[in-house]
Amino acid sequence: MTDLISMVVAKYNYWIYITLMMIGLYAMIAKNNLVKKIVGMNIFQTAIILFYVSIGVKKGATIPILEHGHGPNAHHVVHAVDYINPLPHVLMLTAIVVGVATLGVALALAIRIYNNYNTLEEDEILAQVREK
Amino acid sequence: MIWPIDLAILTLVVIAGIGALMVKDLLGAAILFGAYSFMMCLLWSIMGAVDVAFTEASVGAGVSTVFFVAAVFRTSRRTKD
Repeated sequence: MTDLISMVVAKYNYWIYITLMMIGLYAMIAKNNLVKKIVGMNIFQTAIILFYVSIGVKKGATIPILEHGHGPNAHHVVHAVDYINPLPHVLMLTAIVVGVATLGVALALAIRIYNNYNTLEEDEILAQVREK
Repeated sequence: MIWPIDLAILTLVVIAGIGALMVKDLLGAAILFGAYSFMMCLLWSIMGAVDVAFTEASVGAGVSTVFFVAAVFRTSRRTKD
């Protein structure tokens, strides 16, 4: 039991990641306003980025920039234990840029929908679609 | 990683995220989403991902908020939920 509790407490970053992901999923499904749905989609994306960055964290390590990499007494032996793993960071850099691109497309579509139906609420749009 | 700061920022992230979804005004939701993105940026600099942190600060907190505010000004501010 104490093992379970200490495991739950030690991995708190992952629990917050699951919480944020479920908040985003709830907003995408249950919210009625299109802009609120897009906010939920962005929260979902950042939750996944939080998970990947949490994987790379190491206890007692520094940021992934080479120490003593230049100058007269530069030595080139790299101890990977001393540095945080930079691979998830690089992958998530791409994910952030893709997230902004999808956000732009989604907001452009929302503006077009507003110009056509004069509302951003999903139920009103569906009612207008059924009337036609 | 300094865990008290990490825990405090994680709490603020969850509060800002729920607030952005709960507030009854789309402009308020956009601003709270900007606060959420900035808290995420602080979280990543705490976790040592400095490249992700400054990309998030410029792209996530900057450009995303501008996109949201522009979209809200082109449509309407009111929302039912």
